[in-house]
Amino acid sequence: MTTILDPTAERSVSARPRLARPESLEGLRVGLLDIAKTKGDIFLDRVEQKLTERGLVVKRYAKPTNTRPAPTALSQKIATEVDVVIEALSD
Amino acid sequence: MNLPDTGLVAIVKRDCETCVMTEPVLAALAAAGSLTVYVQDDPTFPESVPHDHDATLDVSHKLNIEVVPTLLLRENGQEVGRTFGWHKVQWRELTGLATLGEDLPDLRPGCGAKNIEPGIIEDLLVRHGETGLKSRRVEFGTQEDEIEALFDRGWSDGLPVVPPTEARVLRMLGGTARDPQEVIGKIPSDLADCTVEKVAINAVMAGCKPEYLPVVLAAVEAVLEEPFSMHGVLATTMFVGPMVIVNGPIRRSIGMNAKGNALGQGFRANNTIGRALQLVIRNVGGGRPQEVDRATLGNPGKVGFCVAEDEEGSCWESLATERGIPKGKNAVTVFAGYGLQGIVDQKSRDPESLAQSFAECLKAVQHPKLYQGADALVVVCPEHERTFREAGWSKARLYDELHARTQRLADEIMPGAGGVAEGTTAFAAGTMARKFRDGGLMIVRAGGGAGMFSGIIGGWSASGEKGSSPVTKEIKL
Repeated sequence: MTTILDPTAERSVSARPRLARPESLEGLRVGLLDIAKTKGDIFLDRVEQKLTERGLVVKRYAKPTNTRPAPTALSQKIATEVDVVIEALSD
Repeated sequence: MNLPDTGLVAIVKRDCETCVMTEPVLAALAAAGSLTVYVQDDPTFPESVPHDHDATLDVSHKLNIEVVPTLLLRENGQEVGRTFGWHKVQWRELTGLATLGEDLPDLRPGCGAKNIEPGIIEDLLVRHGETGLKSRRVEFGTQEDEIEALFDRGWSDGLPVVPPTEARVLRMLGGTARDPQEVIGKIPSDLADCTVEKVAINAVMAGCKPEYLPVVLAAVEAVLEEPFSMHGVLATTMFVGPMVIVNGPIRRSIGMNAKGNALGQGFRANNTIGRALQLVIRNVGGGRPQEVDRATLGNPGKVGFCVAEDEEGSCWESLATERGIPKGKNAVTVFAGYGLQGIVDQKSRDPESLAQSFAECLKAVQHPKLYQGADALVVVCPEHERTFREAGWSKARLYDELHARTQRLADEIMPGAGGVAEGTTAFAAGTMARKFRDGGLMIVRAGGGAGMFSGIIGGWSASGEKGSSPVTKEIKL
């Protein structure tokens, strides 16, 4: 019998359920996150226009670069300021 | 282990001349009273003295024997004195026999004990549960093929890996003076703490020798530096993976190849160091293709891409030296690079023509109309370097020439220009566009003596501050 050493980080992942998807956006604050991918701003401009026409409160956010994870401060800001987020993932 | 509560204990081996020399002394001690002798190797030695064979070396290990012969004195179950090698005065003091070894010289050094030989000490530490290794033990069934079991658990890059047994990992850790539990950083994408021990495990799996471990550790540390942006390099849909360039005397001491087939297969250090880095990313960080690794095509170098610069054959300062590492120090430089694009020029014999050839090929990195996106590494072969050397071109001169000669008129690279929709809008019409950012070119010298074939390793579109910058790190032994 061979015994080897685990080459992984041996994480025990705790699964957390996602927040339930809202039935409607009415009354919710919507965040729009531009991750700095090409043309993401164009897509989000149009989404903002559509949502604003419906009378929704929209806040814009931007990652400094798409090549790195969002700064923690930005994630925390989004989490405290809006109820849902729409992210423009790719060009 | 049947050690006497009170009495003398000697540990010897036949393969040690000093032990053989002391046989008459041991015989005298045995005749005088309580002496227990353990022999580490030949069970017939010493013929003239009653003895036990420490076949498993467990007795020697428990007694922490480092040198043979060792003579130790026990009283009431405790060791109260020991001497090693042949030291007449000390042996006499320990035994209380004033005329012991009268015919022998005063001093004769002993030999290394068998229980601390590399390859043996590790097995003893494992058997006695004294490895200090913290990783979870995974036991394979007796009918389980180890190599297949490692594939099945998803811990391979697609090629067989060496099973990381405790003994192998201990031997690997012998390659560094660093504490196995030292955390060297958080590996993306899981941002999991990575210890020296985890790197050693993956280095074993990659096929590294212990003496490669400091290079692997430096490479892991380098990719974790913020400017390298390992998370992005891993997650991008583009081709790149971490390429490692090694400089300094360690290249030669661990047998790295910087000459013929410098970027290819066939040289253990080159091939396994790069592989170990990628296994750390995969296994510790959880970066697997078609998961967080979103590469569309990837490149063959993502199994592992590690090269050594031929510093001795170069007329230029090394890559590490130009990046701030003092000459004579060991360093790795990591670069987010992808496969090889050749520069074939067998006709240029003056540096201007050759530099222009290099530039024409460099313009095509990623796309001839994409300007100031990717960095590039140029690997200059000996026959091309000769042309620059004989003309007295410094490395700085070559950098300047390549930057100047890769410029294109902005109008030529606009989207739609030349009938190609792809293009660059960052430069005003009528101006000259620079292909590479400042510091976006790197030159190393490697390769076999014959052949006018240099190479370009292209970088990531997101090179520099917006993505990944090369990182150079000194290697700690």
